[in-house]
Amino acid sequence: MLAIRNAIHLDAPVDLLINDGKIVTMTPAGHVPPPPDCETIDASGLLLLPALIDAHVHLREPGYEYKEDIASGLDAAAHGGFGAVMCMANTKPVNDTAAVAVFMRERALASHPHGPELYPIAAATKGLTGEEMAPLAELKAAGCIAVSNDGRPLSSAEMTRRIMEYASDLDMIFIDHCEDPQLAKGWVMHEGVMSGRLGVKGQPAAGEAIQAARDIMLAEYLDVPVHIAHVSSRLTVDVIAWGKKRGVRVTAETCPHYLMLDENSLENYNTLAKVSPPLREDADREALRDAVRDGTIDILVTDHAPHAPHEKNDTLDLAPCGLSGLDLALSLSFRLVSQNILSEADLHRLWCDAPARIFGLPCNRFNPGDPADFCLYDPTALWQANTDNFYSKSCNTPWAGEMIAGRVKHHWHRGVKLF
Amino acid sequence: MKDDNHYYWPHKDLLDTDCLGEADLRHLLHLASGFQDINLRPVKKVPTLKGRTVILFFAENSTRTKTSFDVAAKRLSADTFSLGKAGSSLNKGESLKDTGLTLQAMHPDVIVIRHSSSGAARYLSENLSCSIVNGGDGWHAHPTQALLDCYSLNQAWNGNFKGKTLLVLGDIAHSRVARSNIHLLRMLGVNVRLCAPRTLLPAGVSSWPASVHSSLPEAIDDVDAVICLRLQLERQQAGLLPDLAEYARRYCLTEEHLRLADPDVRILHPGPMNRGLEISDAVADDANCLVLKQVEAGVAVRMAVLYLLATRSEQGDS
Repeated sequence: MLAIRNAIHLDAPVDLLINDGKIVTMTPAGHVPPPPDCETIDASGLLLLPALIDAHVHLREPGYEYKEDIASGLDAAAHGGFGAVMCMANTKPVNDTAAVAVFMRERALASHPHGPELYPIAAATKGLTGEEMAPLAELKAAGCIAVSNDGRPLSSAEMTRRIMEYASDLDMIFIDHCEDPQLAKGWVMHEGVMSGRLGVKGQPAAGEAIQAARDIMLAEYLDVPVHIAHVSSRLTVDVIAWGKKRGVRVTAETCPHYLMLDENSLENYNTLAKVSPPLREDADREALRDAVRDGTIDILVTDHAPHAPHEKNDTLDLAPCGLSGLDLALSLSFRLVSQNILSEADLHRLWCDAPARIFGLPCNRFNPGDPADFCLYDPTALWQANTDNFYSKSCNTPWAGEMIAGRVKHHWHRGVKLF
Repeated sequence: MKDDNHYYWPHKDLLDTDCLGEADLRHLLHLASGFQDINLRPVKKVPTLKGRTVILFFAENSTRTKTSFDVAAKRLSADTFSLGKAGSSLNKGESLKDTGLTLQAMHPDVIVIRHSSSGAARYLSENLSCSIVNGGDGWHAHPTQALLDCYSLNQAWNGNFKGKTLLVLGDIAHSRVARSNIHLLRMLGVNVRLCAPRTLLPAGVSSWPASVHSSLPEAIDDVDAVICLRLQLERQQAGLLPDLAEYARRYCLTEEHLRLADPDVRILHPGPMNRGLEISDAVADDANCLVLKQVEAGVAVRMAVLYLLATRSEQGDS
């Protein structure tokens, strides 16, 4: 039995009692003395958080271990406060067979037997080429919990339709990276004032919204759920709100960087701010903030996309897309809380309750019997975002070099202390 | 700029025109006009940059800009070495950074870079300590072209830029010449108009300090100068235009258009010209067409740029 004393949960001091990997009780601090012979931790000054779920990461193994591997990715997840991550299929080989999915899960169990959990996402098509459907039942049996062609958007509405239908039999949600491949051809960043100034090819926000609208109409017609990945534009927010209003089972995610940055971060050809979909305009950022508050966008994800320094150290057109997100996401989320853009309760909903509900994962709501997946977060820790302090192998982030407030101090998974 | 003797050039690199102040520009034009005198002498060579090394790293095709830099450097007695993409290790997969560091290890004073990636010159300048001149990067910037355009107009207008109106005509979306020119012209008080079909205008152009037109007769009304841009033939393949004949019908600069402009309108073109496509034969050969003056100015302006960058550390001492 373990007792956490005097932790702060949503602004209230609490005591937490854990037994056998589960929550026993959470009570106001000092109300109930801990049982005798119970290990006690004084958590004064620390915030008590449920372990987060990240429904969109790229852990690069197999194939790109120089960027990240499953062990380093799960280290970054654990220290970032995540008790579970869902990894995309764009590895080498692609996760389009049971062999790759089983390999991923075995690697996770070998390096992190006590968690965080790794849930692979199946490739929607073989090799992610968009031509033939991947063996989704085989992938489901191997432990995949959702389906996506992430990073290689599907141009065919017919193929999208068939994947959504076929996956629905298997209770696997289709997650779509929405981007019209023709509108986005050769893109380097968002098409707008900054792309015009820098003289680089942009992709219009409409390309994302068009694909999201297609998916929502198909989901309504087929009566299946669909999940829209990393929403970046206000137009897409409107399309999702329209779908929800019609009763379509559409859910959506965005990332902290879309709530905090815009195209201006690309000034001086800053490759660290090159992400896919691209950072858009101030008005998009404002609309996304509203959408995560009002629930139009259901969850936050990191879209953790590590790249080696030599890959990002290039001209803007050649540098790969993506930022390393797991180490920083929670601290950045708390920055949004301190700016009164989100509440701490919003963070619990966006990073834990809602993703658990959408993907059918266990989740700690601090009710008796819930899995004892939680963190103690030190809001006063001050640290620099750099390679030394990152658990991820890659520190490709626009916040590199900045001083960051707050970090997870301890993390328990199913009652086992990870650190 | 009141006291020319106390001016010194503060820039390590020339990446774009937006880093230049009016004092920099006036000084540079003044210097270029001095070098222009040298170019008209029977013996066109001075020892000013003797012993200095200029590397011409042209990773994208160019004949006139490269030749112009080469002539400019040699007239100042600098040694020049040329490297193209075909002859460089970029073709063997070497990164731009490593190619740059390799060139720098040969201790050049200045590297002139032409590259198809927007931002390539800035990227090189962030990684190297020697001076970088942007000889054209993607669709982004071509500062020496803008400077030589300015030099040509400065002569034509006797230095009176303020209140003049200039039209940039053609493929502005993909034009580094347009972007670099607009900075300078606005700084000198010139009103700028842009004219192109919507498909050849850059995103966000409404935020640029210029008025935007799709009709050439409307845009050219009473202007004092036109910069006519080259139309790259691949724009049609990219689906931005129905065909070249239709482009010529709408946007080819003809004498008929010039009658709507100021009687003394000057015509500029960065070259090479597509006669009959963006500029008519008659306009190209008109006495007010400054194309060959621009080429001449190009050598003088590039001499000034190379001189200022290569002797920058010494100027600070004097």
